[in-house]
Amino acid sequence: MGEVIVVTSGKGGVGKTTTSANIGCGLAMHDKKVALVDADIGLRNLDVVMGLENRIVYDLIDVIEGNCRLKQALIKDKRYQNLYLLPAAQTKDKNAVNPEQMLKLCLSLKEDFDYIIIDCPAGIEQGFKNATAGADRAIVVTTPEVSAVRDADRIIGLLEADELRDPVLILNRIRPKMVERGDMMSIEDVTEILAIDILGIVPDDESIVVSTNKGEPVVGDEAAAAGQAYRNITRRILGEDVPLMDLNVDNSIMGKLKRFFKG
Amino acid sequence: MALDFFSLFSGKPRSKNIAKDRLKLVLVHDRANCSVDVLEMLKNDILKVIAKYMDISDEELNIQLTKATSDKNEEVPMLIAEIPFTNVRKPKAEPATKE
Repeated sequence: MGEVIVVTSGKGGVGKTTTSANIGCGLAMHDKKVALVDADIGLRNLDVVMGLENRIVYDLIDVIEGNCRLKQALIKDKRYQNLYLLPAAQTKDKNAVNPEQMLKLCLSLKEDFDYIIIDCPAGIEQGFKNATAGADRAIVVTTPEVSAVRDADRIIGLLEADELRDPVLILNRIRPKMVERGDMMSIEDVTEILAIDILGIVPDDESIVVSTNKGEPVVGDEAAAAGQAYRNITRRILGEDVPLMDLNVDNSIMGKLKRFFKG
Repeated sequence: MALDFFSLFSGKPRSKNIAKDRLKLVLVHDRANCSVDVLEMLKNDILKVIAKYMDISDEELNIQLTKATSDKNEEVPMLIAEIPFTNVRKPKAEPATKE
């Protein structure tokens, strides 16, 4: 029996889709059988981030409406043979699905897959309710900005009210130099405010843009810092105890001294 | 480095601290589900009641939401009202019912 993990954030543009794609690929790299589900009906994007946009025949709505079987709609990934994508419909809107239907879909996916990763749309309305309906665990993605953290707090409240207890946090797009000079909230600042456990941190990395351009998730890029960040996150999802990556720019004695005095 | 040195002594608050303070305040309101409008209405009503007994001025009245730790060690929202007054009035007697 597989596990359903929803990736959510409240605010748009903080990296939900990129995170979903990288976690999906990361788990597949560990030989897990993974289904990525794009729950952003009407604004699908997980297909392009995965580089699978040319292979779509059927979508999530087709499955729910019974136009095709579930297996027909699942697209096999190019690189990882255990990885499949269930794309969102582009022509419908969020009200074309209801939470009961999503729950049913998740239950049938759980029979065949080890992990089902659901990319949740932004917002707290119908799309959020659909995406969380069948989830066993939740990952909240945020960036170290006031607006993103505020929305993450709201989402955490809604998840807990929805019986999705103990969501975990991914802090995305950290810029270590700005944190060091006190112009960006640190990991500690954000976790203290949100009072939840951290699953991982991802540095703001140009290689994300490059990999998204190519449709190849960065987790497969051995040289990229963000790739390492997502590989660590994947291992933690699998239950390993992996320390948070060291983002400090200046690791010389002077650098350490400077940090010590700044607190 | 020159910049660091400068801001260390200029006493200018780091922008991340401004972010944290603003965030904490906005979250107190969000979590308590209490908007600025509700707070304003509450303030006006409190004012009316107190004015029956004391001389107070609207401008000095300060009502705000903050957070406190409850007996169970949980964080709870707390309403704080600071109401300076100048004079306690003898409450007007209720119109006596004629005997």
